[in-house]
Amino acid sequence: MSNLIIILVSIGLFFNFAGCTGLIRFPDIYNRLQASTKCVTLGTVLILLAVAIHFGWNSISIKAILCIVFVLLTAPTAAHAISRGSHRAGFPLWEGSVMDKYHDDFPQKSGE
Amino acid sequence: MIIFLIVLLVCSFFCLYRVGAGPTPPDRTVAIDILGILMVDFCAVLSLFTGKDLYMNVAISWALLAFIGTIALAKYLEGRTFDE
Repeated sequence: MSNLIIILVSIGLFFNFAGCTGLIRFPDIYNRLQASTKCVTLGTVLILLAVAIHFGWNSISIKAILCIVFVLLTAPTAAHAISRGSHRAGFPLWEGSVMDKYHDDFPQKSGE
Repeated sequence: MIIFLIVLLVCSFFCLYRVGAGPTPPDRTVAIDILGILMVDFCAVLSLFTGKDLYMNVAISWALLAFIGTIALAKYLEGRTFDE
């Protein structure tokens, strides 16, 4: 196992740990969503890229590349769906938030 | 190998804390989504260090099912029903 694989997996695990720490530490649903989803998506893509590089041209490598494409397509979609649903259901922002553009665009459907 | 799995286990316990202690339902939904992506990481690390084909099959199907479950929970949060 080469040093490149170890470095890629270590960077990916660092991003995963940063995302989960943001899930613990941030004060608001939207802050937690924004912190955790991006970091965990990047960490997962790096770990799967390490798998794809390590096994070369193999069935495991093709499945890893397929899984990279799938995670890159589905994780932002799920995060956007959660954010839109929670804002339309009227869950409030953190009291230190500066602006709320979605509430300005659709005032009748949010913030009951 | 074992240090990578320990880091992933600590991340999973952070997500489980947010599932248990989240003040609102969207916090729990986000934590379940992140936990589903972390399971893909577990399968990728196990496949990297054991060289077996089985774990990547589990990773692909787990990512698909976690996405469908998260979309269903977000739809439930938005309208409180499964209609529309």
